[in-house]
Amino acid sequence: MSEPKLGLDPRVVAEARRLAAVAAAPVIELARTHTTVSVERATLRLAGLSGATDAAFSGEASEGGTQPWVNTVVEAVREQVGLERGVALPVWHALLSGGHADLHELAAKTAAGSVRFALPTGRDADRAARAARRAVATGLSQVDRRRAERDRMVQRLGDPPQPWIYLIVATGDIHEDIPQAQAAVREGADVVAVIRSTGQSLLDYVPEGATRTGFAGTYATQENFRLMRAALDDVSREVGRYVRLTNYASGLCMPEIAVLAGLERLDMMLNDCMYGIIFRDINPRRTFVDQRFSRMVHARAGIVINTGEDNYLTTADAVEAAHTVVVSQLLNERFAHEAGLADGQLGLGHAFEINPALPDSLRLELAHAQLVRELFPDAPLKYMPPTKHMTGNVFAGYLLDGFFNLVGAMTGQGILLVGMMTEGIVTPFLSDRDLALENVRYVLGAAGNLAEDFRPAPDGFVATRARQVLSEAVELLSRIAEDGLLPAIAEGTFGITKRPADGGKGLDGVVRHADGYYNPAVDLLEEGISR
Amino acid sequence: MTTVDDRTDRATGLRASAHDADNPRASARQKIVRPYGDTTGDGMVQLSFTLPVPNDSRAEGAALQLAGKMGLDPAMVVHAKGMGPSFTFFVVYGRVNHLVDLSTVEVVEREYPLLAAREVNLAIRQVLRRKLVVLGACIGTDAHTVGIDAILNVKGFAGEKGLEYYREIKVVNLGAQVLVPDLVARARAEKADAILVSQVVTQKDAHLHNTRELASAVRAASWPRPGRPLLVVGGPRFEPVAAAQLGVDRVFGRGTTPGEVASYLAYALRSGWDR
Repeated sequence: MSEPKLGLDPRVVAEARRLAAVAAAPVIELARTHTTVSVERATLRLAGLSGATDAAFSGEASEGGTQPWVNTVVEAVREQVGLERGVALPVWHALLSGGHADLHELAAKTAAGSVRFALPTGRDADRAARAARRAVATGLSQVDRRRAERDRMVQRLGDPPQPWIYLIVATGDIHEDIPQAQAAVREGADVVAVIRSTGQSLLDYVPEGATRTGFAGTYATQENFRLMRAALDDVSREVGRYVRLTNYASGLCMPEIAVLAGLERLDMMLNDCMYGIIFRDINPRRTFVDQRFSRMVHARAGIVINTGEDNYLTTADAVEAAHTVVVSQLLNERFAHEAGLADGQLGLGHAFEINPALPDSLRLELAHAQLVRELFPDAPLKYMPPTKHMTGNVFAGYLLDGFFNLVGAMTGQGILLVGMMTEGIVTPFLSDRDLALENVRYVLGAAGNLAEDFRPAPDGFVATRARQVLSEAVELLSRIAEDGLLPAIAEGTFGITKRPADGGKGLDGVVRHADGYYNPAVDLLEEGISR
Repeated sequence: MTTVDDRTDRATGLRASAHDADNPRASARQKIVRPYGDTTGDGMVQLSFTLPVPNDSRAEGAALQLAGKMGLDPAMVVHAKGMGPSFTFFVVYGRVNHLVDLSTVEVVEREYPLLAAREVNLAIRQVLRRKLVVLGACIGTDAHTVGIDAILNVKGFAGEKGLEYYREIKVVNLGAQVLVPDLVARARAEKADAILVSQVVTQKDAHLHNTRELASAVRAASWPRPGRPLLVVGGPRFEPVAAAQLGVDRVFGRGTTPGEVASYLAYALRSGWDR
């Protein structure tokens, strides 16, 4: 996909990957030996349990104790028998022995308090396990069918060339988002991302139904996913290219959102290994357990994940912290590979956030972007536009976005998030989006193939800086490999925020496996089979 | 109207001498001004806007009509671009006939100045010589942590980083449904300088009752440091004028950003709050 230009020493690159694997190993072990309430709920969702005690509710209408059925059931199992062996055995044992018609009826009776869960043994356990596996396999074949459907549509409608133009909608109202998203596609977007409502990542349940009341974004719900995917399918046919839909598998419900994304054929999901920990104060153990499951689902669904390294540069200095981006990318890559994601599914994130007043800032950006390109030659890198140094001077901001687009073109980035000159000031006007796309089109048209002619001098500024960032990354990785990733996060290594392993939200939802833990979803995903 | 125009022309119009215009002392004395394009008193402005009309022969006229009603005379559409079938984007230059009377400009007085993060950090270092400890929570039955998290979490809100981002602020976020006695006990243990409470649920005025309960508990408790912690509440249904009535130091309403809260804390520190 790209040829080496920076003269990186392959032994240093290999050492960086080896250290990332060492640092990740204990965390992967943690994820393999623990479950969470959300992993268990996701398993029930794969088995077909959807809906809520109240047919439609969003985060703001949930004061009266309404909740999704999956929460009802998992909480009841947890209270009665614990989650150490998973929900599958007690739930399907109750289903088979209690005369309930299906999971929904079981959930309703659970809510009414008339279901006693117990852990089956012997033949009962085998029977329950088989039934659970069948039910979960049905959900996974739906995910498989959705993936095949995407492949067919991409082939029939055509795949836009990279870089994919990535635009955001965020009205809070799904019925307002849809026409905006369709307009964005007609203006040239290849990827539409629907930003979530502020704070959804901290809800320990997934809201239900079509929602119209988000704050600065729209709730991620299965119904909203379905509506938006259908609308984008329509406009994809109209413009003659397959338009990808993006949402967020992050926060406390990461595994469940991943399942819903797979069921509704979303194409890309924000899914970082550390974002929730650092920027949302979600417990590190919870995050790592949840993300392994969610990534296995993404791998199966053919979904491209987008990681969030760009965020580090909005809190820390983009030059000083450049190597932390590379470290996080290598960790994200390792966790992703372990969960079964292919290189083509790794939309590793980075950003154009260096202070433009700094001398040679453009050359520094080129060095960082080219370094990432060469470290991950087969990944569709996601390049994020400037946000920190967008001051409200929209004219200067427009120029800065132009330079961002230029660096994106010169370094062959795969996904280009379109920068808005009104970034951080107002919600983009229709005209801001149009101007931004004109900017992208001009730069890609004028300089799209400049990568071919971009040959940094072997010992010039760009190549030297790239090698320096890589060696700083190796240095930091070796420290993390020695001290452990959890302590490194606790010390504020990433994004300057300190997050102890036992702090943050959601720790009480983490449960260590006991002997005999059974989760058919994990088995089927790890084995990569469908029955 | 003509009188005002005449005065303007004397003060800022074309007849004003080049010497005066270049002299900052002279311009400081001016009371009436108008926009400056390339010549004193020309009144020239640029603006851009979108109308929900197709870019056809009527579009430019529509833009000129709006510009005229906005006081641009003459106005010139220098750019019109159709965006899809039903919208057109315009860039317009023109001369406005409006005048700005500097003597009647009212400065909206927030009691505190908005500071950048580094200025807040500096204020804390100068006054306290240690970190400022901020304890945050949703109290009572309120499970909606959206507000307090938007203010405290690094992620922040409206493009501003939360208080965790400030190097000189130590944030302890207790999350949802914290009981007032627990909050006070924790504030004592952490030697909190400020307590931030967010309330979203307003059924039966729960937010007001909870806030008063907190205020009296904080006043009744004994504190490890002189005085008591600063009490700040916020939420979409609070009236910022109600602070005294609720027994708290500051109330923030809907749309408050972390930077505003941090700036207020720095301001309160500098003015030596109730300690």
